[in-house]
Amino acid sequence: MSTISPTVDTHAGHGDDHGHHHDPGFVRKYLFSTDHKVIGIQFLITTLLMLMVGGALALGVRWQLAFPWESMPFFGPLFASQGGQISPEFYTMLFTMHATVMIFLVIIPILAGAFGNFLIPLMIGADDMAFPTLNMLSYWFMWPAILFFGLSFLFGGGPAAGWTSYPVLAALAEAAPGSGGAQTCWLIAVTFIGVSSMMGSVNYMTTIINMRAPGMTLFRMPLTIWSMFITAILQAFALPVLTAAGFMLVFDRLPWSVHSTFFVPSGLVVNNAEPTVGGGQPLLWQHLFWFYSHPAVYIMLLPAMGMVSDMLACMSRKPIFGYKPMVYSMAAIAGLGFIVWGHHMFTSGMNPALGMTFMISTIMIALPSAVKVFNWIGTIWGGRPQFNAVFLNCVAFVSLFIVGGLSGIFMAAVPVDIYIHDTYFIVAHFHYVLFGATLFGVFGAIQFWFPKMFGRTMSDTIGKWHFVLTFIGFNGTFFPMHLLGVAGMPRRYADPYLHPYLEHLLPMNQLMTISAILMGFAQFLLLFNFLYSMRFGEKCSRNPWNANGLEWVAPSPPPHGNFESVPVVYRGPYEYSHPDHSDDYWLQTEPPGAQPGAKPQAAPA
Amino acid sequence: MSTTPTHLAPQFDDAEQQQLAATLGMWAFLATEVLFFGGMFAGYGVYRAWYPPTWADASRHLDLLLGTVNTAVLLTSSLTVALAVHAAQTGSRKGVVRNLSLTILFGAAFLGVKAYEYWHKWHEHHVPGATFEWHEASPSGPAELFFSFYFVMTGFHALHMVIGLGILAWLIVQARRDRFDAEYYTPVEMTGLYWHFVDIVWVFLFPLLYLIDRT
Repeated sequence: MSTISPTVDTHAGHGDDHGHHHDPGFVRKYLFSTDHKVIGIQFLITTLLMLMVGGALALGVRWQLAFPWESMPFFGPLFASQGGQISPEFYTMLFTMHATVMIFLVIIPILAGAFGNFLIPLMIGADDMAFPTLNMLSYWFMWPAILFFGLSFLFGGGPAAGWTSYPVLAALAEAAPGSGGAQTCWLIAVTFIGVSSMMGSVNYMTTIINMRAPGMTLFRMPLTIWSMFITAILQAFALPVLTAAGFMLVFDRLPWSVHSTFFVPSGLVVNNAEPTVGGGQPLLWQHLFWFYSHPAVYIMLLPAMGMVSDMLACMSRKPIFGYKPMVYSMAAIAGLGFIVWGHHMFTSGMNPALGMTFMISTIMIALPSAVKVFNWIGTIWGGRPQFNAVFLNCVAFVSLFIVGGLSGIFMAAVPVDIYIHDTYFIVAHFHYVLFGATLFGVFGAIQFWFPKMFGRTMSDTIGKWHFVLTFIGFNGTFFPMHLLGVAGMPRRYADPYLHPYLEHLLPMNQLMTISAILMGFAQFLLLFNFLYSMRFGEKCSRNPWNANGLEWVAPSPPPHGNFESVPVVYRGPYEYSHPDHSDDYWLQTEPPGAQPGAKPQAAPA
Repeated sequence: MSTTPTHLAPQFDDAEQQQLAATLGMWAFLATEVLFFGGMFAGYGVYRAWYPPTWADASRHLDLLLGTVNTAVLLTSSLTVALAVHAAQTGSRKGVVRNLSLTILFGAAFLGVKAYEYWHKWHEHHVPGATFEWHEASPSGPAELFFSFYFVMTGFHALHMVIGLGILAWLIVQARRDRFDAEYYTPVEMTGLYWHFVDIVWVFLFPLLYLIDRT
């Protein structure tokens, strides 16, 4: 074995084996580190904390929907002035900030920021990212965003125009209590997130194109890397449009006598204020916003698809079914993702001919998505599935993605969409995709790559408990939303039961809230498992899963610089149970001439 | 290359890889910038199609002479920055410093003229907002919208130039300290790319804002 030196493994499990590197001190090592692994873990821990914040906000929403106007347990005393009630303004703020936190501070950064950072250099065999300082900045630009999102609560109870922030609600300060300074803070925060993602995406594209190890051709890259690459392209080319639109909205909102009028029409009277002067169009914001935010939903999904492909192949001990179709279908999803944004605006006023084109292009996305689903199933079929927490989470990913994908086709069809638009059906759809698919993929990925991050394994038993409780809680919370939506329950109403035709839906909402509380508590299992295993988990070898990728050649955790010697790649990452090889896995770095079945000389677990 | 050059960052194998990575990263960044300005250009296109007569009126209130002079000044600065890159390739430190200084001079001249134009617009009450006044026959709302685009687009362009001037000044300091030679001049080249991009944005802004439908 040329690339693995057995002697170094005595250091595995220590965090301090920097070899020839100087010890950079605590601040440079853990705070302002330029090491992609530290930055990835920083992203991971930050986003997991934000997941708890976003989840708490969601529970507030659920409480109001199940027990309207009743004092909240535990949190209620914080709002003693209102008798512990959730006011309608506060309810609006809750769902706005729940979406904002989950999208901008959890899903996007946990995929691209945490796993993208940690995995890209390791999986392509590079020492680090191409631009380590830029990488560090992309993490630290998240903090001003968190700060501004936090500050926004100090102005009129927080921004409350929904995460889509449509003008004129978001453009005129007098439109609603949260439309003042809170909205400006929100926009500034989103701009910081935009800059952070832009820096990350430029870095990822350059790194993946330029820094691959010898032999790592494009079609030997793991699907995780392909997904990160395609995601980076999406981010780079969609996000700047939102940044521009955000600046335009901020300039519209300037409180002084100088301000622009991009999105504010003429002669609009809001809250008895003077009629607005302008000539702008609120619809322009919707187009610019969704030009970013539709590709963004694939930014929030593709990396999970890639990671699940890698985990499923390893856990089924079988090559991924249809590697190249997987790559092409991800590229197709991304490409189509740029020309479907209008399907968010079918009811905003749109030429029917244009609606038809958006409908057809949207339904086309079902094709590459179906290819991926069939390939995942084909990967498991006839394999030897290892029923651990990683595998279970991946199967949940696939099955919940099917549900979310199918409900998406309903919304893509204009006639159906006009009926179910802005009802709980759409809420069910995007939670099945973003939570059901992406977050279950992330739970699996945490469990799978944790040993590489910390040199210790997470408890599989707790992982399974976490999975089962979350899976039950998830379906209990979100599946009934389909029914509520078809029954006509609109989203974003603080008290839907004011409408008599919705009164009979209260018991179903109570069931959903109880499921949501169960799901919320289940996340403490994840948090406990994560924190406990960081320190007390079972120590593990370089390759605890017997996987093939380059990251499993490096020590666990890898030192600064990752590999002891430059890894050389001889084959793709999915050669599991190969007939010419006696082991059921075949490392990408193992030379073809080596003794058949020779085990890589990693230290025993 | 047997000896490791001092400018080689540890994550790269050799100087060539580092140079390629820097170039690719810069182009990727510029592509995101195209999309950033693209969002505003798209909005411009929509409203231009919506309010053609008023926008033509508003366009006539921009100073064609100053706009043309500024275009010439900026294009000349593109020439000098290209000469600076050439000087760096041939290892002429003097040439680098001289041409970068000239670029700063032209860039500052552009910003000076722009500032005068802004001041003039303020004076004429053509800055959108409460102080906006419009004395033409055409409606004032769309005219205000035109000036919203004018100020925000040229303003972001000017901001990019200010940042560019800062980088150019930093490059001059580095060049005087002999940081660049014929082997390593990546920062000069990357700044050149950036500067050319900023120029190209202006090449689109000038006809769209000053020239179309003017007669």
